[in-house]
Amino acid sequence: MLLAFDFQLFFDQTMNGVSSGVVFASVALALVLIFRTTSILNFAQGEMALFSTFITYRLAADFDLPIGLAVLVSAVIAFVGGAVIERVLIRPVEDSNHPLNVVIVTLGMFLAINALAALIFIRPGQEALQMPALFPDGKWLGVQKEVIGFALVLVAECVILYLLLQKTKIGLALRAVASNPESSRLVGIHTGSMLMLGWGLAAVVGAVGGSLAAMQGTGFDTSLMQTVLVFGFAAAALGGFDSLIGAVVGGLIVGIANAWTVQYVDALDGIELVVPFALILVVLLVRPNGLFGRTIVERV
Amino acid sequence: MSLLSLREVRGGYGAITVLHGLSIEVNEGEVAVVLGANGAGKTTTLRAICGMLGRVGGEIFFDDHEITKSSTQAIARAGIAHVPQGRGTFTDLTVAENLRLGAINRKDGGVAADLDQWYSLFPRLAERRDQLAGSMSGGEQQMLAIARALMSRPRLLLLDEPSLGLAPLITKEVFDHLRQINEESGLAMLVVEQNATLALDIAHRGYVLETGSIVASGAAETLVADEGVRKAYLGF
Repeated sequence: MLLAFDFQLFFDQTMNGVSSGVVFASVALALVLIFRTTSILNFAQGEMALFSTFITYRLAADFDLPIGLAVLVSAVIAFVGGAVIERVLIRPVEDSNHPLNVVIVTLGMFLAINALAALIFIRPGQEALQMPALFPDGKWLGVQKEVIGFALVLVAECVILYLLLQKTKIGLALRAVASNPESSRLVGIHTGSMLMLGWGLAAVVGAVGGSLAAMQGTGFDTSLMQTVLVFGFAAAALGGFDSLIGAVVGGLIVGIANAWTVQYVDALDGIELVVPFALILVVLLVRPNGLFGRTIVERV
Repeated sequence: MSLLSLREVRGGYGAITVLHGLSIEVNEGEVAVVLGANGAGKTTTLRAICGMLGRVGGEIFFDDHEITKSSTQAIARAGIAHVPQGRGTFTDLTVAENLRLGAINRKDGGVAADLDQWYSLFPRLAERRDQLAGSMSGGEQQMLAIARALMSRPRLLLLDEPSLGLAPLITKEVFDHLRQINEESGLAMLVVEQNATLALDIAHRGYVLETGSIVASGAAETLVADEGVRKAYLGF
């Protein structure tokens, strides 16, 4: 046991937690975006993000794009890819009488996209790829610049999503489809386009999260997003699954809780994953709708 | 020339046929009402008009254009607003957002003025504009659904059992509003209702629907005056 509490270590671990929390929050945001518009849990979200992460890497490594630009271009490609996946793979099997069909399709996509990414992007002999850093080394006010940069990316994602969803006509239409698809058609909204938009946005947020995830640690491979997806689900559940702000707060809580566990709880060495889930269990016992989930109020 | 015209429309859900070839006309400026018991096919008729029925036969014309096979959103954009049974409220959006959704396809600058107009006609909506629509009472939600439909400046308003689940006094209020809107703006309406007395009172033309077929039709006064029709179908 430590006799004197090492505050610097505690602070550094907390900041580590924040930067992985940003990644979890991005994946959780993507999950919540799709869940709210289509009531689908997209198990392939992490692997879609992995695919985009490889695109980011190849744009930077093979085409010499600056890493910031590579992330942006990859995000645009992700948007198109997400929209196409909705139209081509999801919509044909969507059937309110058989909701499990879509779940099976997203599980199939999970495996297929992972295999496809390995086939396309991993060259023989390569094991771990090193994503260039988006933010410089060094500290600012005692905090790693990378942590500050990650946090700013998350803030930017939140502001853009908020403005889009709350302040534009298209955002209103998107929320209308999430609330009541039949009434949306009756007011003349093209619901299919809105579903494609929802999947496209989710893919963008996921792509950014994946690219950031690959910048942490030493090199990434096709397993990059698998634990991240589990943490992302945890973050979304903690936040209430239908709240974007809940996904962000949930992501940060899970990230920080995980970092503290790794540092301080030796007994859980190697199985730190149980901590966020214990946390979720407690939160959901006290608040079944999650921290920010809405209790459905409906009078008839 | 009639604004809406159903010619020998058949249709149903899956293997079950609900509508057995019915013909209905609604003229410009007219309130038409379709009366009938539960299960007669009233809701199915409106769903057929709005392209929400998988299987439709016959022909449906709106403003001289065939819409039988059009998509729901295309029919809405053509100028038919539908207040579905159960009102179709966007329960987790605010009252103001519900109203703005009604006008989502309008490109003209008159949306704000229309909002003010409906707020002054339905003051309860104005008071609650920032509340979630799902938290309002049934009568308020019915007013909201009508106002939302009117925000699109439709040429034809379809109403599915506006009296459903409402207290008699509130129902009366809803029908008074509908009459006022028709008289002031000349908006054509097709109302399906079980409450024959109230509906015929505001209607110009009436149809009686029984198990998917029209069994009586005519001017509203004629239907009310016809003792045979009244006893057999209208129950008064």
